[in-house]
Amino acid sequence: MTPAEIRDEILDILEDISPDDDLDDLDDSKPFREQLELDSMDFLDIVMELRKRHRVRIPEEDYGNLASMSSTVSYLEPKMKDIEKA
Amino acid sequence: MYDTIIIGAGMSGLAAGIRLAHFDQRVCILERHYTIGGLNSFYRMGGRDYDVGLHAMTNFARKGTKKGPLAKLIRQLRFRWEDFKLAEQNGSSIRFPDSSLDFDNDIAKLENEIAEKFPGQIDGFRSLCGSLLDYSDMDGDDPHFMRSAREVMRTHISDPLLIEMLLCPLMWYGNARENDMDFGQFCIMFRACYLEGFGRPFKGVRLILKNLVRKFRGLGGELKLRSGVSKIHVEEGRAAGVVLDDGTVIEGKRILSSAGNVETLRMCDDISNVEVARAGKLSFIESISVLDRMPKDIGFDRTIVFYNDSKTFRWQRPEDSLCDVRTGVICSPNNYIYDSEEGELPEGVIRITTLANHDRWCALPEDKYSAEKVIQYENAIQSAVRFMPDFRRHVIETDVFTPKTIRRFTWHDNGAVYGAPDKQLDGTTHLPNLFLCGTDQGFVGIVGAIVSGISMANRHCLQSAT
Repeated sequence: MTPAEIRDEILDILEDISPDDDLDDLDDSKPFREQLELDSMDFLDIVMELRKRHRVRIPEEDYGNLASMSSTVSYLEPKMKDIEKA
Repeated sequence: MYDTIIIGAGMSGLAAGIRLAHFDQRVCILERHYTIGGLNSFYRMGGRDYDVGLHAMTNFARKGTKKGPLAKLIRQLRFRWEDFKLAEQNGSSIRFPDSSLDFDNDIAKLENEIAEKFPGQIDGFRSLCGSLLDYSDMDGDDPHFMRSAREVMRTHISDPLLIEMLLCPLMWYGNARENDMDFGQFCIMFRACYLEGFGRPFKGVRLILKNLVRKFRGLGGELKLRSGVSKIHVEEGRAAGVVLDDGTVIEGKRILSSAGNVETLRMCDDISNVEVARAGKLSFIESISVLDRMPKDIGFDRTIVFYNDSKTFRWQRPEDSLCDVRTGVICSPNNYIYDSEEGELPEGVIRITTLANHDRWCALPEDKYSAEKVIQYENAIQSAVRFMPDFRRHVIETDVFTPKTIRRFTWHDNGAVYGAPDKQLDGTTHLPNLFLCGTDQGFVGIVGAIVSGISMANRHCLQSAT
């Protein structure tokens, strides 16, 4: 997956977790927490959805990399580059 | 071999099952009863639908709300707000002799009532509201969590009557401890009842349960009814699986039990002695009266009335009698603001709940038991009509359930409705792969039980399971 495809995938997961949030105005450089009402349970869901959909495993000590869209995409890029977009 | 075996198909077990099945675990929910729901169930009798447990769903929130337990469970279980379709309450009341407070889903109503009826206490009430713990402090670690709620209230409010009145609904809707309340539990219930409020789906608790089951099965989860667990088999310090009442052996990597703390430990075949005294003691008798007209037509529009017939509210098991009707809860499922497209419920219903002693009910011989149900029904209503219009001549059908009924269908010790007073908030047991959810783990009520199932599934069955 390209970084743009990974970004789309994260948006799709966020849409799934929180369908009522408006994601169009999401600022990639700002933390999710400041823009969306995500709590620790929701962050666990991002991790779990990535595992469910793409078998990507994220160890707990790496959760901090999921703070914003841009940090998430750069963290996931090496892990997901060999995954074909469905 | 299942990834997770869940004991009990109540709100917490079903919610946990959805989380695990959603993330591709092989999950099986085992339920001894022939139907789902546990402490919040439903039945049909004489052509009528009845709810057990649900008076109101606490923690009301409007569609799109981001914070709070209801929003959390909708997100975590991937429901839509429409799946619950909660109608708001008309309004509820706390009625004591010579004093009454109304409240609804806007805290301003209760504030105004207090300002009017207890003018010297309104500042204290506001400072109490300001001192409430947040939901994020509810894991039990906060130093104030285990404090006495009465003690904390007294630092804000000097009129003992107002303290009793405010405690009455909160204890009725979610306090397993007699006479006092843990401050943490007080905060949970204060938010749930006064700050968020009451709602009800038009079709009652069955709508919620059916949605939970449909989702669970749709994700590939297995639900086995009439499949009571008689034993949890322990091998080398780990739960290896369960043995059903009919002898069937089912293996699992881990077990999540909503059967209750003491009840679960008793099933473990490595434990020979369980201290039953730790189980909860508070149980209820509830009567359902079907009326020949709507409650509003006899001048009763309240959703819930919490009454107490003296200045002191006694929240304890009646020791010397079958029931204690000095305090009770009156509720009418008709008195919600339902959508016009849903119309009205087919018949008027009044439900009355009072405190009851499980052991005394269970000790009655069968003929005496039936006779006492009639007597205690009449006593409860006689007590309640002091706080609402007398509806007795409009009753066309009644049903009563007792602590014995609750015990018979939930297998909870003492017919305890809110579980043990001392919660096992982290959900752990003496075995590394056996966990608790439901009333003995943490939150109570419908929303609380669902949140309990979700959080224990996340913590013990998803996060750590790699």
